[in-house]
Amino acid sequence: MRKLIYLDNAATTQVYPEVVEAMNPYFTEYYGNPSAIYSFAAEAKKATEDARAVLAEGIHAKPEEIYFTGGGSESDNWALKATAEAYASKGKHIITTTIEHHAVLHTAAYLEQQGFEITYVPVDENGCVRLDELEAAIRSDTILISVMAANNEIGTIQPLAEIGKIAKAHNVLFHTDAVQAFGHIPLDVEAMNIDTLSASGHKLNGPKGIGLLYIRKGVKIRSFIHGGAQERNRRAGTHNVTGIVGFGTAARMAFESMEERSAYESKLRDHLIDRVLTEIPYTRLNGDRSNRLPNNASFCFRFIEGESMLILLDQNGICGSSGSACTSGSLDPSHVLLAIGLPHEIAHGSLRLTLSEKTTMEDIDFTVDRLKEIIARLRSMSPLYEDFVKKQEQK
Amino acid sequence: MYSEKVMDHFSNPRNVGEIENPSGVGTVGNAKCGDIMRMYLDIDENGIIQEAKFKTFGCGAAVATSSMATELVKGKTVQEALQVTNKAVMEALDGLPPVKVHCSLLAEEAIHAALWDYAEKNGIRIEGLEKPVNDIEEKLEDEEY
Repeated sequence: MRKLIYLDNAATTQVYPEVVEAMNPYFTEYYGNPSAIYSFAAEAKKATEDARAVLAEGIHAKPEEIYFTGGGSESDNWALKATAEAYASKGKHIITTTIEHHAVLHTAAYLEQQGFEITYVPVDENGCVRLDELEAAIRSDTILISVMAANNEIGTIQPLAEIGKIAKAHNVLFHTDAVQAFGHIPLDVEAMNIDTLSASGHKLNGPKGIGLLYIRKGVKIRSFIHGGAQERNRRAGTHNVTGIVGFGTAARMAFESMEERSAYESKLRDHLIDRVLTEIPYTRLNGDRSNRLPNNASFCFRFIEGESMLILLDQNGICGSSGSACTSGSLDPSHVLLAIGLPHEIAHGSLRLTLSEKTTMEDIDFTVDRLKEIIARLRSMSPLYEDFVKKQEQK
Repeated sequence: MYSEKVMDHFSNPRNVGEIENPSGVGTVGNAKCGDIMRMYLDIDENGIIQEAKFKTFGCGAAVATSSMATELVKGKTVQEALQVTNKAVMEALDGLPPVKVHCSLLAEEAIHAALWDYAEKNGIRIEGLEKPVNDIEEKLEDEEY
């Protein structure tokens, strides 16, 4: 079997051996419950707090502002639902965008059913939130603005500092879903005026099933999971010590390597984008050309459908993802691709390739070479391409 | 998620292509939903399908059902081809995941659309064949990017 080329690091990442090594003693040796009194539990408690400190420092927060959760989706649910509940007496209006992850969009839709009003601010053709429309949407009863730090599909990085400034000026809380950005690009909750921030361990070479919600001191967010006094009474449940240690270790490595890693990944990403756009006709790049996550490349290839492309890539040992309807199980392609203005038929031909620091230039070149063959093959089978070529010939 | 037969017909599709001056050609589906099938039939004077070709824009199941549908109608009479239902296509492929059943319906419709075109060209009426619903969106923009 050929070497696996894993280009779906936005979906999840490899857990680094160093991370597993750091976690292991907390399964078998220091398995005590960190909430226990006896000294045997002290090691687990200490490891939990060490991880909390690393995670806090990475985003310029205080350790007591970091709350561990079961993952990014829980953090998003908590941030939106608990803020809505705690501030409902001030107002019932929430602002978000059309390109958020479903953990935010579906939670917002749930809140709509509970009597909250949601404004979905549109984005420009590169997937960047329209700041003028965001500010114009703020009302006297607006309690929360939720805008993701970077988009999971098209990689566009949002102007968090500007959004934070607007939110602060209008005295509205600002939540950001930083699941894709945390550990990948610099985040500063102070400088960016972020009140709550969601992150997840498995997007930065940590384990699955562990996440965090940063809650700025003074923000009134109550418990979402009831049943214990853990996490300063705000998130019940025995600490996932191994997950927390893994998350902390992975984050420390990610923060340390961020600059070098993002320079390397950007170089590969740009090479990938350049080759695809010059060598495969009728192709577009989704998202901003430069203001994007260092490891994200997202394309649409006209006249073909994404799932077919993914299967053929898989047959070559290459893992990618697509926002086509067939890969989502619904009839509509990705809401993000539609939100940046793409027609359905073009959005169906999308491909997202997300790299890691382990990706090599050879991997990229091999992938582009195979992709060229795959696109050509699928187009030769496509009635849309046949019609297009005939139309061109008539001209 | 796909059966071996589906993967086989997707990876090595039978009868891909066009027929010049076909006896009948039909296109069904909708680019908006992500599936378009075009089927070409060559039917001889005895009403026997000598050749069937297809082109498909769509997922793995869409390609596989098109491929199997062309295989199933080849050598059959027009009346027999009408009996090639979506169920027959699915069974021949050892089944499809539930979300992909519509692909087999599209394959059946593609056969019907091609037969309808054949009937119209020859001014004949095929017993049991109804005019297929054509929801193709002719919306190919010419702009380049």
